[in-house]
Amino acid sequence: MTTRTLAVVSAGLSTPSSTRLLADRLTAATVAALRERGDDATVEVVELRAHARDLADDLVTGFANESLRAAIDTVVGADGLIAVTPVFSASYSGLFKTFFDVLDKDSLTGTPVLLGATAGTARHSLVIEHAMRPLFAYLRAIPAPTGVFAASEDWAGAGGVDGELARRVDRAAGELADLVAGRPSVERPVDPFADVPSFEELLRGH
Amino acid sequence: MQFGVFSVSDITTDPTNGRTPGEAERIQAIVTIGEKAEEVGLDVFALGEHHNPPFFSSSPTTTLAYIAARTSTLQLSTATTLITTNDPVKIAEDYAMLQHLAGGRVDLMMGRGNTGPVYPWFGQDIRNGLPLAVENYALLRRLWDEEVVDWQGQFRTPLQGFTSTPRPLDGVPPFVWHGSIRSPQIAEQAAYYGDGFFHNHIFWPAEHTARMVEFYRRRYEHHGHGSADQAIVGLGGQVFVRRNSQDAVREFRPYFDNAPVYGHGPSLEDFSRETPLTVGSPQQVIERTLGFREYVGDYQRQLFLIDHAGLPLKTVLEQLDVLGEEVVPVLRREFAALKPAHVPDAPTHASRVAARTAAPTPEEVTA
Repeated sequence: MTTRTLAVVSAGLSTPSSTRLLADRLTAATVAALRERGDDATVEVVELRAHARDLADDLVTGFANESLRAAIDTVVGADGLIAVTPVFSASYSGLFKTFFDVLDKDSLTGTPVLLGATAGTARHSLVIEHAMRPLFAYLRAIPAPTGVFAASEDWAGAGGVDGELARRVDRAAGELADLVAGRPSVERPVDPFADVPSFEELLRGH
Repeated sequence: MQFGVFSVSDITTDPTNGRTPGEAERIQAIVTIGEKAEEVGLDVFALGEHHNPPFFSSSPTTTLAYIAARTSTLQLSTATTLITTNDPVKIAEDYAMLQHLAGGRVDLMMGRGNTGPVYPWFGQDIRNGLPLAVENYALLRRLWDEEVVDWQGQFRTPLQGFTSTPRPLDGVPPFVWHGSIRSPQIAEQAAYYGDGFFHNHIFWPAEHTARMVEFYRRRYEHHGHGSADQAIVGLGGQVFVRRNSQDAVREFRPYFDNAPVYGHGPSLEDFSRETPLTVGSPQQVIERTLGFREYVGDYQRQLFLIDHAGLPLKTVLEQLDVLGEEVVPVLRREFAALKPAHVPDAPTHASRVAARTAAPTPEEVTA
């Protein structure tokens, strides 16, 4: 049985937050889906709220401090990523975007990602398609076809979760599990010192 | 081991009183800082090159020549000379001239420059930064090492029968350091030529420094210039020192909090933990600086940044007094006691002239 690592990035700000709640649902469903495919999973959650100041510092200084570095290493080293943001002003939150801004642009290349978003109203439901997907396309990550959006009304069904939301969660989790289970683990981060050309090569033509 | 200061030549408002020095004042101040560096017993003064406000140092050889005329032992250097946007012909000429005027007390540090808009002002493109550094430096070497140069390259007009004047003093060009924060290709370049490698070692975690220096040392040995621990390494560092540690922190905090590069971000305490910045007593600076050796090995040159972020001249001169009286003498003694005999000192004009005299010429080798 292969053990896969799942990183969960949640940009929720309140406690408890519906963003974290959705992230937890997606995580549990993905772990279950991986088990069905014969893989075990370890889960590491990165709550961006705890790194709000670290991220601002990184923007100013150009480097991640020790605490943020650990969070970044968790995310870029994972076999699969679950990324969930609240909708702020018709898009992902600034905190969510900042975390992906400070990653090396190649560090999520080929990583399967499950996209999730929460909002107070279903009128924001396309935010995953018009905001999150382009971001992860730029990062050359592999988003699962189903993104899961949850508005306040989705949490109001029987047992706390609307049946339709639960079905979307399961479908998305199955898609992420297929992407993760179907690929070899990639070693990251890439060592920038590993393939420096010799100076003879750099000098060629001069 | 050499000790000194380096300046990025920023003109910054003093956050404690809102006062911004004029260019004339700051330019005179840098001359005073250079003279003071020699007076308190430091070895090196290095000056940056910038072509945009808020910096004043667009013409380092002019400034360094003036300081050379007012000093007698101080080694003059740069931090850094832009190898990408300067014409290598002009670098060869300017620094050979400076070398003559300063009686050989000159070396220089090559850097690429990371300000995109500067490149087109000099007819270049930042996307060619690395190829420019490679080609321009290869040409600079030939201009200094060969009397008559025929040359053709990608980035400047060809040269036919060109002789760069004046020729380097005593036929020995200034020693060259290559500075880079995180481009292994530049460490590779330094290693290939057997030149020095300098890491600015400020504003960033020291692990970047350690990796770059380790890579440079390994490649220096690979290219046959000596063993890895004989490679020529220089480090920057940032300090603010007062006899009493609390006074240093209290006085430096407003400058830290508003500094152009890292201000309005992490606390002074966080930044001191994450980067080599040391704000404290002479003893704290001594201990931290001795610790650098643990991750880069025995090295040849230590430069401190002490005059940025709007610090007034009076404060900078007081910093130099403490460095010269209480910090550097101890560091000299301690580093010297730790350094094995086979690790060389930083090259000087005198040592390079002596080495050339001792070494067989190419004709003697082939004969």
